[in-house]
Amino acid sequence: MGSMGGSTRAGAGGSEPATDGTDDGTGGADPPAIIDMVGLTRQFGVRDGMRRRRLTAVDGLTVRIGAGEAVGYIGANGAGKSTTIKMLAGILVPTSGTVHTCGLRPVKDRRRLARQIGVVFGQRSQLWWDLPVRDSFRILAAIHALPAAAGRARTGELVEQLEMGEFLATPVRQLSLGQRMRAEIAAALLHRPRLIILDEPTIGLDVLSKQRLREFLIAERAAHGTTLLLTTHDMGDIERLCERVLVIDQGRLAYDGDLPGLAGSAGADRVLVVDLAAPTVDLTAIPAARHLGSEAHGLRQRLAFDAETTTAARVLAAVTGIADVVDFTVEEPDIEDVVRRLYAATRPSPGPPVASVEPVVSGPDAP
Amino acid sequence: MVEPATTATTVTTAMVTAAGVDAGAVDVRGAGGVDRGGRGGRGSVTVRERLRPYRAVLASRARSQTSYRTNFALDLLSSLLSAVVELAEVWVIFHATSGLGGLEFRQMLLVFGLADLAFSLADLVFGHCDRLPTYLRAGTFDVFYLRPQPLLAQLVTSELSLRRLARAAVGVAALSAGVVVCDVPWGPGSVLLLVTALLSGCAMFAAMFVWAGGLQFFLLDGREMTNAFVYGGRYAATQPASVWSRPLVVLFGFFFPMAFTGYLPTLALLGLPGPGWLPSWLGWCGPLAAGWTWAMALLCWRWGVRHYQGGGG
Repeated sequence: MGSMGGSTRAGAGGSEPATDGTDDGTGGADPPAIIDMVGLTRQFGVRDGMRRRRLTAVDGLTVRIGAGEAVGYIGANGAGKSTTIKMLAGILVPTSGTVHTCGLRPVKDRRRLARQIGVVFGQRSQLWWDLPVRDSFRILAAIHALPAAAGRARTGELVEQLEMGEFLATPVRQLSLGQRMRAEIAAALLHRPRLIILDEPTIGLDVLSKQRLREFLIAERAAHGTTLLLTTHDMGDIERLCERVLVIDQGRLAYDGDLPGLAGSAGADRVLVVDLAAPTVDLTAIPAARHLGSEAHGLRQRLAFDAETTTAARVLAAVTGIADVVDFTVEEPDIEDVVRRLYAATRPSPGPPVASVEPVVSGPDAP
Repeated sequence: MVEPATTATTVTTAMVTAAGVDAGAVDVRGAGGVDRGGRGGRGSVTVRERLRPYRAVLASRARSQTSYRTNFALDLLSSLLSAVVELAEVWVIFHATSGLGGLEFRQMLLVFGLADLAFSLADLVFGHCDRLPTYLRAGTFDVFYLRPQPLLAQLVTSELSLRRLARAAVGVAALSAGVVVCDVPWGPGSVLLLVTALLSGCAMFAAMFVWAGGLQFFLLDGREMTNAFVYGGRYAATQPASVWSRPLVVLFGFFFPMAFTGYLPTLALLGLPGPGWLPSWLGWCGPLAAGWTWAMALLCWRWGVRHYQGGGG
């Protein structure tokens, strides 16, 4: 029974018994994409005074996400992130272009798709606010038609991994934000979806809760190979969880690549802060680094460098050659800043700038 | 990246096997040696299994409503009072005149009982459909999209108003009293007629709630507007159709054929002649009227959902 394709999952078994038993009807020749958008566009009619005009929320998005990838989806508020997610989940019909999620057409095959994806919308709860967390899980197990024993086993597993034991009997409305987010994520993962879409999962969480959640997601992906699509404003989320980043700006794809490449293409530099043993003259002669400023007569100095051309280690080595370094830190570029720079760089040219921004696939390792 | 992926497949396969064994234990029909690749195709899913999601939600709703006993008792009481007041209204009218639209008070008990019982039962199960704007605003409706059940079925089973049971009790009382005081000729025919009338009455009012729900996609704050039809329809249904004014005849005679819930079955049951435009044999045609209302309601719902998804026609 288990000898069939590894893509068949416990909660997600296709409703029709697959006759060929190879894949679940994607029909694609390549390794099946979990998300496949081609020229995906969505417009809304908005009333502007007396006239009606059309606003393009998502504009010709072409993205392919393979099974097992972890992708960060970032962009300013109103850039089109949630519209995209709604089209992926079958809530919104695209104005033009096509979208396939798990090889299915989201709107037409919504009910089959629901067995294969898990979504956490930042502001919308899928739990029953007046019921204890445990009851919500029980109902969701029934909704996804998990056999009783499998449902219990999976719930137990999630409760343990997300450390939800202490509030399992608490009504949802009494949970703290961090607890509720954990419960929401467990609810979305209960039926072992192949794809999980998280919309701002760490917003408003304290450092420790964020950390826990990220660790859980890493472990969950390692154990089950779940594909992850994540929108966030938190650079830490992307850095810890995602190998690939998509940036959307005014509905268009502004960047598709890895994180160091993003910082590189946007020209956002990392900053090395060194504390020196004795007051030193400004370190302006370090190769591939730019002196930003000094404090306390040169006891602390800040050097900006481009992660594409050099590494923190090389800059540090150069500094050590000149002065005695006591301590140092490396500051990451802020994600908002990176995105802002990227927008500034891409917006003046009206044509789709995707190709020109895309980094050469050399894959510079982060230091 | 290769290592974790390999582990992933092994674990997944193990899970599939585990789930398969579980499913085998539950699903007897699938045990014929056919490899179902996980948990069975459509045919092997039993009705019971298919209703499980709805049962789970409804049971939780019922529990949460009855868990605060005093609250629930008060809800029941207020629901009971409003129904009693409406029945009293009918009585007051007949206190002033001996007959209305060719019916006496005791016959009106049948009309009221049939229509009001049908309405209460429909309200119990479907009454919250017009609360859709709240769901739309809170995003609960988007969550329905993430679950493998039809949207309308999820909306209907998302809530249950148990306090309507008190109202239904008044309907039952009025109907029973009507049956007794009118000397309804007993026989399989009259029982069949009563059952048909009640079932199709329920279906008609339920369809009205669904219709109102579908309109909410457009109106967003349109509960007041649709309430005028839903509660107006109920009121019209508890009156003899022969006294309706012309606009009411058009609206509740044909568009929402409310005369089929109480008035017409009563005429047929008692062998009374109806007004010229409503022969009393129509009292047997409740199922047709129910079919018509449901067709309209589903069209309206479908139209609303399409509008929400922005897919056009």
